[in-house]
Amino acid sequence: MNNTLIAVLLMALVTYFPRVLPMAVIKNKIKSRFITAFLGYVPYAVLGAMIFPDILTSTGHLLSALIGLGIAVILAYFEKSLLKVAVCAIAVAYICEMIISRV
Amino acid sequence: MLTKQEKVLHSKHSALHDFIDGSKQSLPIALGYFPVSFTFGLMAVKGGIPVWIVILISMTNLTSAGQFAGTNLIIAGAGLAEITITTFVINIRYMLMSLSLSQKIVEGIPGYKRWIMSFGITDETFTVAAMQKKDITFSYMTGLEVLPYIGWAAGTAAGAIVCTILPESLQNSMGIALYAMFIALVIPAAKKSKAALIVAGCAIFISSLIKWVPVFSAVSGGWRIIIATFIACTIGAKLFPMEDTANE
Repeated sequence: MNNTLIAVLLMALVTYFPRVLPMAVIKNKIKSRFITAFLGYVPYAVLGAMIFPDILTSTGHLLSALIGLGIAVILAYFEKSLLKVAVCAIAVAYICEMIISRV
Repeated sequence: MLTKQEKVLHSKHSALHDFIDGSKQSLPIALGYFPVSFTFGLMAVKGGIPVWIVILISMTNLTSAGQFAGTNLIIAGAGLAEITITTFVINIRYMLMSLSLSQKIVEGIPGYKRWIMSFGITDETFTVAAMQKKDITFSYMTGLEVLPYIGWAAGTAAGAIVCTILPESLQNSMGIALYAMFIALVIPAAKKSKAALIVAGCAIFISSLIKWVPVFSAVSGGWRIIIATFIACTIGAKLFPMEDTANE
């Protein structure tokens, strides 16, 4: 129990530390064009790397994940809201899961 | 010219406006967090951790992969060093995000506000903030972080207390929610900017390579994202150093 609390405290520290360090230390705009462009691209790269391939194992089966992925891509292409895309992907994945479990 | 009083009033008004702006944008994040943290609550309580500690983990960590991994290790009876190092490695990606945001916040935000707003940086709040057309204010960022924080804590509490009411197939399907949200963020951006498309494509390619090529099987999920981000951004910055993504 005591050990669990210490573990939780340590986890909280090593989670907060990387979040706060750059923000607290770097107070000026970086001048280098390369680094500015690099940092500007970080969100796109992080998103890409987080989506794929992890999304394939995000549901019960590969098939429901693939179909959910397809729906999300189509709706996102037509610039539907975040919530709409997420809810539709869940719904489609859920229907697939139901069908798969019946077969 | 505005009088001093009018200026104070004006800045208060826009601070509230920014806060509301951020809160509105964070609603889908908060909703997306709920099922994920619900699952976390379920898993941790099933693993034998007391309900209040499970909720405490979500309220102090506010991260998915890191606290899932750390909690799994606690349940498995791992040592403190292993728990700490694993969690840290998974969370190193936040350094890149925090660094990226440090370039996008309005100038002159005092130190203590930086310490507060950093706490709520997650993959999702970061990406929404980073996609903003304007520079980021403290009010906007805190507005963006409050609801997801509540959603994360409340989802954990619900999962921990309720344990297992949802059918498994529905729980499974909800796993796709956050990924679908990521897709809704990245595809409209990739449609408008060739650079964004290429950078995201490179990151996907490298991430898949690391995941599926057996030589790299020792690379953890946290490192995989860092390596893919680093290489993809370097390629992007080499090919398109001019594009100012912050002011698109």
